[in-house]
Amino acid sequence: MSQKPATLFDKVWDAHVVRKIEDGPDVLFIDRHFIHEVTSPVAFLGLESRGLKVMFSGKTFATADHNTPTINQHLPVQDPLSANQLKALETNSAKYGISHWGLGNPKNGIVHVVGPENGITLPGMTIVCGDSHTSTHGAFGAIAFGIGTSEVEMVLSSQCIMQPKPKKMRIKVNGKLGKGIVPKDVVLYIIAKLTAAGATGYFVEFAGDVFENMSMEGRMTVCNMSIEMGARGGMIAPDETTFAYIKGREKAPKDAAWDTALAYWKTLKTDEGAGFDLEYNYDAADIEPMITYGTNPGMGMGITKHIPVAAEAGGSKASYEKSLEYMGFHEEEEMLGKKVDYVFIGSCTNGRIEDFRAFASIVKGRKKADHVIAWIVPGSHIVEQQIKDEGILDILTKAGFELRQPGCSACLAMNDDKIPAGKYAVSTSNRNFEGRQGPGARTMLASPLVAAAAAVTGVVTDPRALLVD
Amino acid sequence: MAYDKFTVLKSSAVPMPIENVDTDQIIPARFLKATERKGFGDNLFRDWRYNTDGSQKKDFVLNNPIYSGKILIGGRNFGSGSSREHAAWAIYDYGFRCVVSSFFADIFKNNSLNIGILPVQVSAVFLDKIFTAIEANPAAELEVNLPEQKITILSTGESESFDINSYKKHNMTNGYDDIDYLQAMKSEIQLFAEKSKY
Repeated sequence: MSQKPATLFDKVWDAHVVRKIEDGPDVLFIDRHFIHEVTSPVAFLGLESRGLKVMFSGKTFATADHNTPTINQHLPVQDPLSANQLKALETNSAKYGISHWGLGNPKNGIVHVVGPENGITLPGMTIVCGDSHTSTHGAFGAIAFGIGTSEVEMVLSSQCIMQPKPKKMRIKVNGKLGKGIVPKDVVLYIIAKLTAAGATGYFVEFAGDVFENMSMEGRMTVCNMSIEMGARGGMIAPDETTFAYIKGREKAPKDAAWDTALAYWKTLKTDEGAGFDLEYNYDAADIEPMITYGTNPGMGMGITKHIPVAAEAGGSKASYEKSLEYMGFHEEEEMLGKKVDYVFIGSCTNGRIEDFRAFASIVKGRKKADHVIAWIVPGSHIVEQQIKDEGILDILTKAGFELRQPGCSACLAMNDDKIPAGKYAVSTSNRNFEGRQGPGARTMLASPLVAAAAAVTGVVTDPRALLVD
Repeated sequence: MAYDKFTVLKSSAVPMPIENVDTDQIIPARFLKATERKGFGDNLFRDWRYNTDGSQKKDFVLNNPIYSGKILIGGRNFGSGSSREHAAWAIYDYGFRCVVSSFFADIFKNNSLNIGILPVQVSAVFLDKIFTAIEANPAAELEVNLPEQKITILSTGESESFDINSYKKHNMTNGYDDIDYLQAMKSEIQLFAEKSKY
């Protein structure tokens, strides 16, 4: 039987369409649904007011992450509103028979770290969560994206959502990355090229040597930030690296089920000759350590470059100037040497073990700059344990750093981890929007290596200068 | 949650000619702690609207009494960032029923349609015409006609058509939502689920 060549995205999407509506959306079946405390309570209220039940409670997984404190997690949560949301998640999960890894559970952590590390996320799945960084799970060759609370209610009550099929984009990066260039730099480079809206309306497949040679942690960092170029999501074809990562994890298929799954997963790649609506090609050699200078993730540049003038940056001059004014930066300034007050490593973008290994590789044998406040936040308890087991905690402690407990933390500053107004933070998270890390906070997005270099020098520093061969 | 039907909306509009208005500006994360959908309009554009002491920032458009209406006009790439439906709730709760821009972020657009806010995407040229008309007369009215898929600047008579798929149009004009639709096809979903690989 000869079939039309299909993309990875087509194969997974088309296998999940329950019904196609003419001049309307597809009804898409959802294999995995993650929920957290912030975007689920109103969905559960909606179920109740309509008198609906959860259709497949075994396909939804709850974890608490957005609101949780990153110190003293054994104590009651101080903020009554946060405590109330955490309680609502626990109560709703218990009521409807949904697995709940709440605060204090050894499996607890950021939803997009927890799903993959426990084998809940698998290739070929459709995965949604009321969180835009659900795109992270695309690293496994899954179609994964963020949804709103109305859609959370749809998935709970019918295991489906209704969306038009997005257009398809492929982004290839080929060649060899230079020393000190890590997955975060690759994705910040792509976003700087495409702008923060450049992939809106598309689902992206990342392809080429650079992604093929990347670890699963790195692929997750890249897919995580697909949304920051406006894409619905991003995905990478599963391969031996993917299968090796999944095998043996708690919820991964075992024995005969593993063999059946593996045979299917191996078909999940874009066929020769399959068409994309838009393609971009980049050369790995052009990428240097990246840093953002503005208030959207598209406003990024190589760390040795100067801030562009408005005309080069594109978009409206007034919006560009508003952005630089908020940051306290000027056109044509250099980023290197700018004072850094706070450093944050963590989040669903860079809160995995490889990120802390990278951070430690620069910190080792050095001391934290006196004036820098550093928040080091693992993505989950499992990552926290790895940090301890691998001796990374010792390196951090000797350098004057403290390790906090898992959660979303300063990425969106819903808990107490807020950067004060006017202060500059180098952050490994995903958004540099105004006030994202606290009202008035000024965020520079970068890799764990750039974060580590800033933490030990106290200024924006090219990490390549601090790396040993 | 069902919403009011949307057919023809005639109203003055609030101009916000800023690009890349992200959902963290529309509603900052620290105001997402409610467990009910209530009162989000109070914190709409919180950090652009209020100083840290709670006083109003006089130069922000929502604090300028000459601008009002049920239509919000935003710059390019409106609603980027987080999937928080709270952003759409805040806009709805404040009293807007329609947002006009030359480009919307995907999730925001979806969330808006799901709760009864009509996102109207116009050309960059037409967006400029709207801003110009409001600048000339802050009370200038727009007419958003969903059945005809047409937006008109009433003071100048200029108009442009806009896209919406017929499924969503039918929902908006009747006040239906996707949950109603999905409930009506549960047995089909059940059969599909039985063949699922996961």
